[in-house]
Amino acid sequence: MAEINIKGVEKRFASFTALHSIDLTVKDQEFLVLLGASGCGKTTLLRLIAGLDFATEGEIQIGGKRVNELPPRSREIAMVFQNYAVFPHLTVFDNIGFGLRMKKMPSDQIRQKVTKAAEMMHIEQLLERYSGQLSGGQRQRVAVARALAMEPEVLLMDEPLSNLDALLRMEMRAELKGVLQESKTTTIYVTHDQVEAMSMADRIAVMHGGHIIQAASPISVYRDPASRFVGSFIGNPPMNFLPAKRSNGHWTAAGVAFDGPSVDKETIEFAIRPEDLDPSDTGLSGRVRVVEPLGAHQLVTMDVDGHLFRAVLESDLPIGSGETITLAPKPDRIRWFDPESEQALQ
Amino acid sequence: MTAADMAVPAKKVRMADHRTASRWLMAATITILCLWVLVPIYLILVNTLSSPAQVNGWPRQFLPSFDLGSLTFFANYQGVARALLNSVVVAALTMIFSIGLGAPAGYALARFDFPGKNVFRVVVLMTRAFPLPLLALPLAIMFIQIGLDDTRFGLALVHTMLAMPFAILITASLFMGVPYELEEAAWTLGCNRFTAFVKVVLPLVMPGIAASAVFAFVISWNEVFAAAVLTIQNRTLPAFLLTSLNEAPTELKFAGGAVLVLPALFFIFAVRKYLFAMWGIANR
Repeated sequence: MAEINIKGVEKRFASFTALHSIDLTVKDQEFLVLLGASGCGKTTLLRLIAGLDFATEGEIQIGGKRVNELPPRSREIAMVFQNYAVFPHLTVFDNIGFGLRMKKMPSDQIRQKVTKAAEMMHIEQLLERYSGQLSGGQRQRVAVARALAMEPEVLLMDEPLSNLDALLRMEMRAELKGVLQESKTTTIYVTHDQVEAMSMADRIAVMHGGHIIQAASPISVYRDPASRFVGSFIGNPPMNFLPAKRSNGHWTAAGVAFDGPSVDKETIEFAIRPEDLDPSDTGLSGRVRVVEPLGAHQLVTMDVDGHLFRAVLESDLPIGSGETITLAPKPDRIRWFDPESEQALQ
Repeated sequence: MTAADMAVPAKKVRMADHRTASRWLMAATITILCLWVLVPIYLILVNTLSSPAQVNGWPRQFLPSFDLGSLTFFANYQGVARALLNSVVVAALTMIFSIGLGAPAGYALARFDFPGKNVFRVVVLMTRAFPLPLLALPLAIMFIQIGLDDTRFGLALVHTMLAMPFAILITASLFMGVPYELEEAAWTLGCNRFTAFVKVVLPLVMPGIAASAVFAFVISWNEVFAAAVLTIQNRTLPAFLLTSLNEAPTELKFAGGAVLVLPALFFIFAVRKYLFAMWGIANR
């Protein structure tokens, strides 16, 4: 059982800074997802925690103990790698038992733990095979079983599902979530897939340009993005943004007046999620450019006051491209951002 | 039909001609190269497997009579056994030294970024750019000064120098073929750098290392110049044959040639797949 404390951690490579002063606490048994586009520093942070790279500055604690100087083997962690890293010269059994054997555990105990981990990942029938005889999904299961068999304090996962095809990924996502909940291990999971993050995480840490922009529960990351970046990164389609001008104690966006935050600025940004719009007589008007039926919904791309604007509407509404429609934003779902700092305004 | 229409098939025919011609040229070149290599080997084999009388007689034989007279004569010739033993010992030492030193260097090239890495890569090859005759005399003097002259160990050192560039480059490409992630996984599973190497990397590259060792063995086995200059009593087989060429009968030369060529051919054939790896051609 372990809490992870990251204090002021910085990682500089020769010519650029991959991580800028990261502060993060992962609670015991928490499932934290590091979410970000490639190059945002999420894998670097994971590798620092694993001990595969070393922080330039700051401190990393696992279970209250400083681990900066410790090699990976002394950190009570286990890691699942993006390309699985299943040892090709060993059978599945020996792969899963590898770490236990390194711990010099007696072989009957190894057998027992390997069998248990294999059963959790439903690969007990594959124990005698070699990695070359396994499919990608099966290799993935071996990699997770190998990490679980170690019974680590902290489980680190680096985009474990990114090499699987879409259907398998969805299956594994649900299964992995169940297994990890059961194992009660503190987990840090790196991904660039926001659906994965949303569906699995207790808490999401959104990373961008070597900073953690926001660390919060999936729903508050979605509903209350801390910055314009988070709003535009999370959600598919992303948030809509419109410039809003001050006028008579209100904020006017695309000619419509809204109640907004009281800040000492002339222009701020109005933001609304595409599904938080309802057809109405008054509201934001625009000409429809494209209508994409998605089954349960239709995605309407339109022009509002010269800005690209998307709405997700009921699929039975008769809307054609070229028409002008009016949509009313749900008042409690409107968010505001400072255009300079890009931070959310209350 | 217009002239333009006619021109198209004509052009096609010319292109087809061209393709046939280049195919013939290719086939001819391959045939000549194969004959170049195979005919001498064949002649050596024929004469080795014929009796001394047939080897020296007229007309020449082109089919072996499977008479072991030449080989028996060779085996009983004064000094052959000792030279053969020297060859094996020197080649084995060369193999051990060049892998023992070359494999760690190859690992470093494959895994670490260090200043001068590319220079090192070139310098490794440059050692082969110096003609051995140029090095042999200074080496001989140096060896006499430090007492390494006419020893198997001293000769093995020189052969190691010849074999090591290949050992380094082949092993480097072998280590590059092992994903770094595997080593990292081993570290997270309780290994340190050394145990991860022994338990994960080594088993995966072992066939290639063995091949590279065999290659080092063959380089030493075939080397004649340094062996002839640096040894007198402890001649290896090629050096021994070279120095006794003048007085030895023809059948001895053929038998000696066969004994030299066959192991080398066999070994190289066995490990050819890994030699390609040296040039970065994926062959797994």
